[in-house]
Amino acid sequence: MAEKMELNEVEVWDGNMAASQALRQAQIDVVAAYPITPSTPIVQNYGYFLANGYIDGEFVMVESEHAAMSGCVGAAAAGGRVATATSSQGYALMVEVLYQASGMRLPIVLCVVNRALAAPLNVNGDHSDMYLGRDSGWIQLDAFNAQEAYDLTLMAFRIGEDVDVRLPVMVHQDGFITSHTAENVRPLSDDEAYAFIGEYPMVNPMLDLAKPVTYGVQTEEDWHFEHKARQHHDLMTKVFGKVEEVFDAFEKKTGRKYKMVEEYFMDDADVAIVALGTTVDTAVFVAEKLRKEKGMKVGVVAPRLIRPWPHEQIVEALKGVKAIGALDRSSPNGAMGMLYNELAGSLYQSDNQPVLTNYIYGLGGRDFTVEHAEEIYQELLANAEAGKPTTPLQQFVGLRGPKLSFY
Amino acid sequence: MKYLGWDELLPGAILFSFKEELDKDACEILPEERPYAETNSHEAYVGDWRVLKPVYNRDLCIDCQFCWIYCPDVSIISRDKKMIGVDYDHCKGCGICVEVCPTNPKSLLMFEERIPNEEALAQWPEKE
Repeated sequence: MAEKMELNEVEVWDGNMAASQALRQAQIDVVAAYPITPSTPIVQNYGYFLANGYIDGEFVMVESEHAAMSGCVGAAAAGGRVATATSSQGYALMVEVLYQASGMRLPIVLCVVNRALAAPLNVNGDHSDMYLGRDSGWIQLDAFNAQEAYDLTLMAFRIGEDVDVRLPVMVHQDGFITSHTAENVRPLSDDEAYAFIGEYPMVNPMLDLAKPVTYGVQTEEDWHFEHKARQHHDLMTKVFGKVEEVFDAFEKKTGRKYKMVEEYFMDDADVAIVALGTTVDTAVFVAEKLRKEKGMKVGVVAPRLIRPWPHEQIVEALKGVKAIGALDRSSPNGAMGMLYNELAGSLYQSDNQPVLTNYIYGLGGRDFTVEHAEEIYQELLANAEAGKPTTPLQQFVGLRGPKLSFY
Repeated sequence: MKYLGWDELLPGAILFSFKEELDKDACEILPEERPYAETNSHEAYVGDWRVLKPVYNRDLCIDCQFCWIYCPDVSIISRDKKMIGVDYDHCKGCGICVEVCPTNPKSLLMFEERIPNEEALAQWPEKE
């Protein structure tokens, strides 16, 4: 029987340690992992916990991330609670198996420490890997700091493992800025955390020999479409309610409130930055500053849930806003950024038609500064005033060389 | 098999092997007595994947069971250690059974799919 760890009311953890501790407290049956910067410490800490008697489950060290996620699929199909962690190139190598996991409806938890994708090779944080998986059928939750990485990892098990949901869940955090920055984190005790998540509810496990079952079937044009439709239906109809229910239960337990779409200073905001990850904290800091110093009505909207996309909630959060800046930290490589496109899709049929512009920033870990956010707010306020774009639709922020913009 | 709508499918595209829960290990039940589900591959005909077929010659067979052990698709039928023949509904024609057969001449040989088994048996080679 694993030993319990005595934790302080406030711990000084980085995002990786916060995720490792949540994984330990979930009493996982199998972790199959292959380390990659900057998520390495998540499984490294986990191995340390195991070696010191704090973990009962299996820890399988495999030969690649493709094998790591494959091991997770096998263990989850067998009937166990399963999780792992990865970043960037490792995430890219997992992609094939991400679709297998969601298609087989295996509620694996994947801690993703966001990092740029090569080439050129880069270990620092941007959202390229996070965006890469957005059609993979997983639930994607985004943490903006270490506390949220801990909280959302715990909640991910309860959301994904629900018998009506049965879908894998990614919990994203920004490489280095969150993963390697020590912050104050308030954890639950081991008993409280496990009681919150609950026992793993097994559904059709392969190890039930009285009821043998096949996972990973082949279906052609006569069956494939129906299976994919069933999965999409469940993502669209069963996840939002469950996420809300788990967020509410977590608030009752800890006092920490989460929403599918987070809003900051949005009650009377004329313009909003929509962003993900640690950029949200920067934007919130700047919004507060501009409100205090200049009386500017600026706010921040941040999707906590990226997939399934909270279409109704995002429209509600942006009601009454006159201009929006969609901030994408991933090279769209020949299109508008993901947030721009999702927002355009959600707002096109809504009553509110704000001016929408796109900012590409922070690739490969390039700093996104307070000055950048201030400039963006100035431009958004000008757009709101004019009732039309006063800048190109897509602009690059913090880039050397001639100003780069499109449309 | 009846085509089901998306709302009638089990999540995860999983398929159960049997129509009912087993009260003992499936290995202890003879294949012909197992309650295979309609969706089990046992019920499917995949013999048309084959180009060449193994033909079995009872007169030469010593019931060593090598072919039964080595067949990668459980398509050699044997009961009580006695060879019965080949399951042509599932055999893919890989030829491994012929390769491992130790008799001289072999008790299993590959023939073109169009040749009837009686004709194949009449063409069987002599001992070398």
